[in-house]
Amino acid sequence: MIRFDNVSKTYPKQNRPALRDVSLEIEKGEFVFLVGSSGSGKSTFLRLVLREERASHGTVHVLGKDLARLSNWKVPHMRRQLGTVFQDFRLLPNKTVAQNVAFAQEVIGKPRGEIRKAVPQVLDLVGLGGKEDRMPGELSGGEQQRVAIARAFVNRPMLLIADEPTGNLDPQTSVGIMKLLDRINRTGTTVIMATHDQNIVDQMRKRVIELEKGRLVRDQARGVYGYQH
Amino acid sequence: MRAQFVLSEIGVGLRRNLTMTFAVIVSVALSLALFGGALLMREQVSVMKDFWYDKVNVTIYLCNKNDAAAGGTCDKGAVTAQQKKEIEADLKKLDNIVEKVHHETADEAYKHYKEQYGDTAIASIITPDQMQESYRVKLKDPEKYKVVATAFAGRAGVHSVQDQRQTLENLFQMMRGMNVAALCVMALMLVIALMLIVNTVRVSAFSRRRETGIMRLVGASSFYIQMPFIMEAAVAGLLGGAVACVMLLVGRYFMIDAGLNLAQSMPLVNFIGWDAVITVLPLVVVIGLLMPSLAAAIALRKYLKV
Repeated sequence: MIRFDNVSKTYPKQNRPALRDVSLEIEKGEFVFLVGSSGSGKSTFLRLVLREERASHGTVHVLGKDLARLSNWKVPHMRRQLGTVFQDFRLLPNKTVAQNVAFAQEVIGKPRGEIRKAVPQVLDLVGLGGKEDRMPGELSGGEQQRVAIARAFVNRPMLLIADEPTGNLDPQTSVGIMKLLDRINRTGTTVIMATHDQNIVDQMRKRVIELEKGRLVRDQARGVYGYQH
Repeated sequence: MRAQFVLSEIGVGLRRNLTMTFAVIVSVALSLALFGGALLMREQVSVMKDFWYDKVNVTIYLCNKNDAAAGGTCDKGAVTAQQKKEIEADLKKLDNIVEKVHHETADEAYKHYKEQYGDTAIASIITPDQMQESYRVKLKDPEKYKVVATAFAGRAGVHSVQDQRQTLENLFQMMRGMNVAALCVMALMLVIALMLIVNTVRVSAFSRRRETGIMRLVGASSFYIQMPFIMEAAVAGLLGGAVACVMLLVGRYFMIDAGLNLAQSMPLVNFIGWDAVITVLPLVVVIGLLMPSLAAAIALRKYLKV
């Protein structure tokens, strides 16, 4: 699903690489936590997977494709198989919940009939059935994140990337979001989640990848947030 | 890709930047109107050239009895029959460059003058004996004017030798000058229009970065993300082109048929017809459509990450 081979990334005009010599592999259907302090390279890692950036050295394979060899015009097609969720939700404030979710299908040219069927289905899945016509501003943070997850999942991606999805939410709400991500993972979708939330990582007992100053310092199956040997 | 979704996005974008859109339309319209005007002016010059170069002659004006007072080659008064014979003989000798010679008597000149100026005040006080007798010499090669001029200018009985082409040339020179001026203004307006478009794209790319960011994340193709911006520029450009077309049509109408009414005040000039204007319009519209779209596409490369 994802394979990094000796990947380094140095941003222009910066001496210290954001990621250095990282090699790892993530299999289909896995649930992976990406942990590390701010500036450890988590975001760079996710940006490389999304091919928002290209690796300076080494190769990144996502969904069996070498991203360095993927031509620019094929990138959108690759991203259609990826869902993304962020800390700040990134919803369109002037569209309703249903429109926000439908937007993800409209812009890739899905036929209208299919959209009309898929949107209520996925909103039911995330627990927002009946709130189709609400505006994002009327929803709580947790509900907004559910809309974002619905949007990320409506095209049934192979891989869901979540960048601190619970960063803006209280612990109670966060648990709900994690249950939802776990459910999505059980449908066979690979989930990579970058997080600072120790409780969540410790509770879930999933694979943990820890980065520190751009290096891979830990890759542990069924791990916890802090060091435990 | 669904047309309705795309169209509504374009409408929203155009309305969001209404003042900018308006500025783009006006500047595109002005630059295209000037461009079309310059094309039409060139057409006008070539129409006039075709029309006039056929008809113009080198004219050898002969002395009139009234010219005696003026002195010079005419100090002996009116041209004599002997002098005329000599001139005619010399013109015959130049048959390698002279195609045809027409002798216009004072009476004929009077008649033509009357035809041209009709019943105006000046025409009514002029009498046939005030008109100049002349030889209208048609040259095989209009460039050979100098040969005729040196052969006859300064000869007794010859008042002056005039190349009519020269007078026309001055007029054409002026029109070409106006043409260049119009093209310069056009270039300036075009630069302004392009800068406005680039700026409009920059502003709307910024105000829609949320949408475009999400589009990118869910895998919309770059074409799909960029198209609304390009279509906005194209719609504005198309409107500008349409306005320019109207300006050209109205312009021709008011210059030639009404308003300035050049058709009546300059009856000797052959003006371009509506067909010439109409042939220019498609070009104006196509440029109005393509130029802003291209400018937008280039601006997007810089301001919209895809």
